[in-house]
Amino acid sequence: MDFDLMLNSFPKLLDATLVTLKLLSLSLIIGLFLGFCFAILRLSKNIFISRFAYGYSYLFRGTPLLVQIFIIYFGLGQIELLRTSILWVVLKEPYWCAIIAFSLNTGAYTSEIIRSALQTIKPGFIEAGKSLGLSNKIIFFKIQIPIAIRQSLPAYGNEIILMLKGTSLASTVTLMDLTGVAKYIISTTFKPVEVFIVAGSIYLFLTFLIHNLIKFLEKKYSY
Amino acid sequence: MNTLKKFSLGILISIFISFSVSADKIKIGTEGAYPPWNAKDASGNLIGFEVELANELCKIMGHECTIVEQDWDGMIPALLMRKFDAIMAGMSITDERLKTINFSQGYADEVASLAVMKGSNLESIETSEGINLSKKSGSAKKDLKTITAALKGKTVCVQTATIHQNFLESGDVGKVNVRTYKTQDEVNLDLAAGRCDVALAAAVAFTDYADKSGKPVVLVGPTFSGGAFGNGVGVGIRKSGDGAIGKRDAQLLKDFNKAINEARKQGIISKLAIKHFGFDASM
Repeated sequence: MDFDLMLNSFPKLLDATLVTLKLLSLSLIIGLFLGFCFAILRLSKNIFISRFAYGYSYLFRGTPLLVQIFIIYFGLGQIELLRTSILWVVLKEPYWCAIIAFSLNTGAYTSEIIRSALQTIKPGFIEAGKSLGLSNKIIFFKIQIPIAIRQSLPAYGNEIILMLKGTSLASTVTLMDLTGVAKYIISTTFKPVEVFIVAGSIYLFLTFLIHNLIKFLEKKYSY
Repeated sequence: MNTLKKFSLGILISIFISFSVSADKIKIGTEGAYPPWNAKDASGNLIGFEVELANELCKIMGHECTIVEQDWDGMIPALLMRKFDAIMAGMSITDERLKTINFSQGYADEVASLAVMKGSNLESIETSEGINLSKKSGSAKKDLKTITAALKGKTVCVQTATIHQNFLESGDVGKVNVRTYKTQDEVNLDLAAGRCDVALAAAVAFTDYADKSGKPVVLVGPTFSGGAFGNGVGVGIRKSGDGAIGKRDAQLLKDFNKAINEARKQGIISKLAIKHFGFDASM
């Protein structure tokens, strides 16, 4: 064990953690928005809209994240038409390709979490609202949504943790996130065990924080 | 119960024997993603200059060899962890690597070059044909200055953990925006896609890609050798430690050196180099 190397690589890895957190938080925000939209589309009575939402979640939950990020980064880059279009400004950058892949992926899982939470709300809650003379809109935003959020907290906490680990794939498209920098240090020191132990511990610590934050929220909003 | 004990003991002994028997088999690690040095055919078999050379060297040494695949960025760690006994993966002999592992004598020379897509404004940089960084003559210094100016603000793509990355980070060409990839294939893809303004690798890696893909990749600037680019490509072998295993590693290094001499004398290396590179890169 080379403890000096572990100590020396720690600050560099900590810097890279910021990149990881940036990737994670931005894709979670976009993914949450996508998740909400697609969960509501999924519950639509129009069969085409509902099928479309189902297709999205099926596609992105049914393929590995690595494949998705490769198709978006290397695959789209092969299309001449895209490279000459305005879209290339975004797709040229590995950072945005990673954000797009992560957001679409977590959006698919989040839409399933929110959909099932919406569907498991007891009809009694909605009926109670109706008997008070509340409009459908108010019932949806003031009763269904808050309950659904509370219901989906444990599952969503899980999704955040899965996504945190998913961001390590950003290193496959040249981004210098926590895993990317760890690999870089290994490539000059040839000592994978020491560096990965430090990087792994940082991931573990982040998971610990996320886990406790969700637990705190669950307690706070229990009913 | 007794028979069961004997049975298990028998299995353990046979495992032990099969291990010690296989000790004379040599495993050689290669990347399989750096054509024409080493690559894979459509059905996943390892092919290329080094794969054929490895088989020839093993024949000369009289060892039974298996060639295994290993990702480039884990090559040296995998050697140290005894996943295989030798590296033949277009790996240049550099001072940096010699701190961690041993190398046989060089068997082939690799020259590096910058590459751009046709039509790039870097196509017009004017330098001498080749520079040797170990000597750094006046004209080499002038060329480095020209390149430094040309690369300013450009995204330069290289494969990770290579001599090419080391060179770009050495400061010889100022501070450049380096982007690193896991494989050379990915560097080629992004060069063609326009995400990289310029790439640096073995000159043959680009010409091979241009030939096979039909993409207008062109070499620019001088060819690089010496200094951060090392002294040719050799067989990487563990530094010999203590005990029987250490002795075996030391012996292996001697065997490889002898076999390379023999292969050179018989013209095998030249023949294979011409077949795969189109010119005699043997040394």
